[in-house]
Amino acid sequence: MSRSASADEQRRARVAASLKRRYGAERRFRLYGQLAVLVGLGFVALLFVSIFSKGYSAFEQTYVRVDVNYDPEVLDPAGTRKPEDLADGDYGAIVKAALRATAPEVESRAELKQLYALASNSAPRALQARIAADPTLLGRRESVWVLASDHVDQIVKGYIRRDESEESRGVTDLQIKWIDALRAKGALERRFNRQFFSGGDSREPEQAGVAGAVVGSFFTLLVTLLLSFPIGVAAAVYLEEFAPKNRYTDFIEVNINNLAAVPSIVFGLLGLAVFVQFFGLPRSVPLVGGLVLTLMTLPTIIIASRAALKAVPPSIREAALGMGASRVQAIVHHVLPLAMPGMMTGGILGMARALGESAPLLLIGMVAFIVDVPRRLTDPSTVLPVQVYLWARSSERAFVERTSGAIIVLLVFLLVMNGLAVLLRSRFERRW
Amino acid sequence: MSFSNDTTLKLDSRPEVPRTVVANASGEMAAGEEIKTATVGQVTVANPVMSARTVNVHYGEKHAIKDVSIDVANNSVIAFIGPSGCGKSTFLRCLNRMNDTIENARVEGLITLDGNDIYDRRQDVVQLRARVGMVFQKPNPFPKSIYENVAYGPRIHGLVTSRADLDEIVQTSLRKAGLWEEVKDRLDGPGTGLSGGQQQRLCIARAIAVDPEVILMDEPCSALDPIATAKVEDLIDELRENYAIVIVTHNMQQAARVSQRTAYFHLGELIEVGPTDQIFTNPRHRLTEDYITGRFG
Ligand SMILES: Nc1ncnc2c1ncn2[C@@H]1O[C@H](COP(=O)(O)OP(=O)(O)OP(=O)(O)O)[C@@H](O)[C@H]1O
Ligand SMILES: [Mg+2]
Repeated sequence: MSRSASADEQRRARVAASLKRRYGAERRFRLYGQLAVLVGLGFVALLFVSIFSKGYSAFEQTYVRVDVNYDPEVLDPAGTRKPEDLADGDYGAIVKAALRATAPEVESRAELKQLYALASNSAPRALQARIAADPTLLGRRESVWVLASDHVDQIVKGYIRRDESEESRGVTDLQIKWIDALRAKGALERRFNRQFFSGGDSREPEQAGVAGAVVGSFFTLLVTLLLSFPIGVAAAVYLEEFAPKNRYTDFIEVNINNLAAVPSIVFGLLGLAVFVQFFGLPRSVPLVGGLVLTLMTLPTIIIASRAALKAVPPSIREAALGMGASRVQAIVHHVLPLAMPGMMTGGILGMARALGESAPLLLIGMVAFIVDVPRRLTDPSTVLPVQVYLWARSSERAFVERTSGAIIVLLVFLLVMNGLAVLLRSRFERRW
Repeated sequence: MSFSNDTTLKLDSRPEVPRTVVANASGEMAAGEEIKTATVGQVTVANPVMSARTVNVHYGEKHAIKDVSIDVANNSVIAFIGPSGCGKSTFLRCLNRMNDTIENARVEGLITLDGNDIYDRRQDVVQLRARVGMVFQKPNPFPKSIYENVAYGPRIHGLVTSRADLDEIVQTSLRKAGLWEEVKDRLDGPGTGLSGGQQQRLCIARAIAVDPEVILMDEPCSALDPIATAKVEDLIDELRENYAIVIVTHNMQQAARVSQRTAYFHLGELIEVGPTDQIFTNPRHRLTEDYITGRFG
């Protein structure tokens, strides 16, 4: 066939024209993608900025300095100096006396009440702890920083505006005057809020901490991880490598996929019926929470693990079997190590979801108000997302920043967990 | 082309001959047995390592191997040739029961190793595969070190008790596979970091580390360049001294170079078996001739 020059020319022109269209489409496509990523990142940034700007102040707390006189007459009227008698002393009176000294002009009972409200009601306990630690303080004077009440704290942080009416802000004009006076004296200070990280929940915002929820979350996830990962991997290995492919295994597969899509609250109901009501396990404990979350994360882990197993090249299995390895040997020696990173990714996703889960845990009672930091898997406790929910529901203004603070802790928890998992995974990953 | 007897009629008009295996009561092949087969040429040899008699393989509905009978001789290489999809790999995989791993594969007939039925219920596949090793088409070293690749077989079969013994086996296997000089300084390096030809020789070293009696090779050179191919071919020729080797190949020259006997498969049937030089210079079946002269396949 001979080629005609004009036909060639025409064809080239057509290709050139279509090229232009194709490049245009490509550019548009890229632009859409970049826009989508930008919008996504924008929302994430917004979320972080808003949470951090609201929450970081929860990591600081206002303290007030008072000059305390550990009067033996008040603290140990019987004069025994025994620790149990010292613990029974009237520390409230000591705090009140110290506060009175900061504003000697106050006389009326109503005003005194306002004055006493400047310090947190945990102040007497703080003094008691000091005496218990060092009984020789008795009869001496010292300057002590005690927690200010949440209203004082909110005024200092500027969350309660001074131009609001007295009723709506919950702080009287007189109190504001004292706060300013104390500040001018340097007797009012924002300090690092250790209580927030070491304490359990409290009705008083200034004393409330996330430690109870953090430990509860940790215990719950520990149970979830220890149960769901081995069971999930074992189930995946069995289904993928050993189970015959027939109607029953198809049925199981369909059901596992469906389970992964079941709303988590349903697992909560199931856990309540099975673990609490049938097996009689206690409510509100991390053990049961972990069991419920195990039910929820198992399908995710099984599906991810099966995908990881499927991705292992069959030639590796053949090589092992051809060498005379048994099926279990082929899987344990060769297939599992190659599938492990993928399985761990599934595990991380499952755990991350479990960490953020609150609905199923509400149903098994992990929403109770618990002051003590749990020590055992069977101690009543709550978890971080439920703590966030509890605080978000509270009316005190000081809980608003604490809610954001708890979310920050939750995010950090998540980052640490994911970081650890990525580290672990990279150790498993074979680079050849 | 000369047809020597009535079993070599054209395939489509072949008479239905009853294909029964003549075997004695214990299941062992009798010496000098009479085999009724449609295959042209000499399917039996004296003192075979492995024998197959009327083997049929089905993949579900598909009849992939039809009444194949053949012997594998000791210390020699037999090449399986034939067009794509004719069942060479399928038959090869019957010889060490790799077909067991395929869900819908069904193997019928008698295959013996040293006179013992390998499909017998008492036969352990793990032990069988230690005696009948396999090298695959695509080099498939384990994603572990070179040392670990070779040491794997002896380890799982408990062939060694000390590290020194294992070192010894690894070294001799790599030497036999002609790879020692190239890798002796990087035994702890990854097996997958070798070139394709080196990887394939590593797989051969891995297979001979357990000292099998038979080595099955499924197109071992199809992913290799001519130089690597030549090395592997030399290696096969050396290995012949100690092992029986069955090799599947699409390369006629390769079959001619490395094998002593050649078997030609066509659509699941074994058409002709014979000494390699005779098959290539003077094939007795028309299909064989068509294939090796390049008329189809
Ligand atoms: N797992 C399987 N399931 C179903 N059919 C199969 C399977 N493996 C092979 N077959 C079929 O069996 C026949 C023989 O296949 P086999 O792989 O043995 O051919 P081959 O001779 O090795 O071909 P090639 O030279 O292309 O490797 C083919 O028709 C193939 O489609
Ligand atoms: Mg093949």
